[in-house]
Amino acid sequence: MKKQNHPLDKRFEIAHREALIGVILVIFNFIWWYGFAYGLGSKKVEDYTYVLGLPAWFFYSCIAGFVLMVIIVIFTVKYLFKDVPFEEEGGGSK
Amino acid sequence: MNWAVITPLIVFLIIIFAVGLWSNKSVLTTNSFLEEYFLGERQMGGFILAMTMVATYGSASSFIGGPGVAYNQGLGWVLLAMAQLATGYFVLMVLGKKFAIIARQYKAITLIDFLKERYHSKAVVIISAGSIIIFLFSSMTAQWIGGARLVESLTGMPYTTALLIFAFSVLVFVIVGGFRAVALTDTIQGVVMFMGTLILLIATIKAGGGVSKIISDLAAENPNLISPFGAGRTLTPSYVSSFWILVGVGVVGLPQITVRAMSYKNSKAMHNAIIIGTIVVGFIMLGMHLIGVFARPVLPGVKVGDTVMPLLSMKVLPPVVAGIVLAAPMAAIMSTVDALLILVSSALVKDIYLNYIKPNAGDQQVKKVSFSVTAITGILVILLALSPPDLIIWLNLFSFGGLESVFIWPVIFGLYWNKGNKNGAITSMILGMGSYILLDRFYPNAFGLHTVVIPIVLSFAGFIVASLVMPQKEAVKELKV
Repeated sequence: MKKQNHPLDKRFEIAHREALIGVILVIFNFIWWYGFAYGLGSKKVEDYTYVLGLPAWFFYSCIAGFVLMVIIVIFTVKYLFKDVPFEEEGGGSK
Repeated sequence: MNWAVITPLIVFLIIIFAVGLWSNKSVLTTNSFLEEYFLGERQMGGFILAMTMVATYGSASSFIGGPGVAYNQGLGWVLLAMAQLATGYFVLMVLGKKFAIIARQYKAITLIDFLKERYHSKAVVIISAGSIIIFLFSSMTAQWIGGARLVESLTGMPYTTALLIFAFSVLVFVIVGGFRAVALTDTIQGVVMFMGTLILLIATIKAGGGVSKIISDLAAENPNLISPFGAGRTLTPSYVSSFWILVGVGVVGLPQITVRAMSYKNSKAMHNAIIIGTIVVGFIMLGMHLIGVFARPVLPGVKVGDTVMPLLSMKVLPPVVAGIVLAAPMAAIMSTVDALLILVSSALVKDIYLNYIKPNAGDQQVKKVSFSVTAITGILVILLALSPPDLIIWLNLFSFGGLESVFIWPVIFGLYWNKGNKNGAITSMILGMGSYILLDRFYPNAFGLHTVVIPIVLSFAGFIVASLVMPQKEAVKELKV
């Protein structure tokens, strides 16, 4: 039973920070998605521009947005998320 | 019967079967039966965790209903479907490590275990178990009906035969294999769903003469099909955006998803699952709905939206490949049903039977009860699906938004707000569920938003007000060491 509380608090600190990152990501994702969809898509259809055959609003909002989110998620998880043990000390996992 | 299409489906079923039986070994040899049967001993790695979340979440509507609506609405519906990209990372990031750690401290096996330990309230347990059993039972029946209809349309078998074949194959592996079988078969099903989407997307683009050609065909038919507003300009930005709550962030409150957030091995598994889950869920949702839109010039004049995906596969693919692709919606339905079945069974066995009926049941008895409750639940669902009563159809309409309104705040505040207490939880659950049902009946889509939005706001307010107005004396036992 060595230093029971301190390491636990630290794990929660990490968990709270990561939950906050999740919220920030989803807000960013929403703004990107909404901005391009309705920013570019509200024009008259005759005035649309096209990227790779798709209307520009759709390409940037859904295709590029998807790819961008995947890149951001990979980056976030690799560089900002920390490994923490889930078990109490003496627990089974290595 | 079209054997070239059916053969891959049969092969698929046999593989699923084999995995279920193989998992039974772990169930029989484990020394903590409950944790193994209902949670796979918290041993899920990253890939399996990601796939079981995606497969549980992706259901009949992702593969059959959704593409059908996209066929009629155009790119605006694909835009709406992309709100689901958030589920890939949001659920695991937000519940994340805190939920995993606390669930282990509480020794929680189900979502209800967690709520019970957190709020120390019988009412919370009863309301949660009740809503899980009622709503998931109904949505299970609905998925089951969808699966049987699909088998019926592919093979030409009568509905009853189709239902029995479909139901039997799911039941066997869930009953004998438990959560581990569900998660492993979900993984196979997730891969099938991914591959099916990829193959069909490529074949459809080819059949339509390339993306540019398809888009100009669509614009020629009705320019609104390539706008974000839907074919009849009925999809308003606020309505479409409100789906971010229903199918995006609100998914945190779905018990069948939440329980997966406590099944993984370590934080590395969780990290990998976030990445894989985002890629797979984004690709499947984007791909399947885009297929629905692209199907329009390739296959004009389809009357019933639900038949777009099967008809398209048969048209643009060689029969054997069509069989493989059509295993995808089957996989989607099976992987949703199996998750619901094991969850309803865990609510009955773990949360009701062991809590209130026989708290000190022996190991052998728990085993027997678990197997038989799962079997009986499954058989009851089959009977209901044979001639579905209206009540079931009605309840199923609520199940997604209803469960979210009930569970989202008790889970979130339970994890992140120490002052949250049982009064808040009970208020928020009743308010969420009640307002959802009432609004859906009498005032759907208030203020141009999806019905789920207001109940979630109300239950949020209810939770905070009730927790602050009726504080509890006993300090929250965040760490019981």
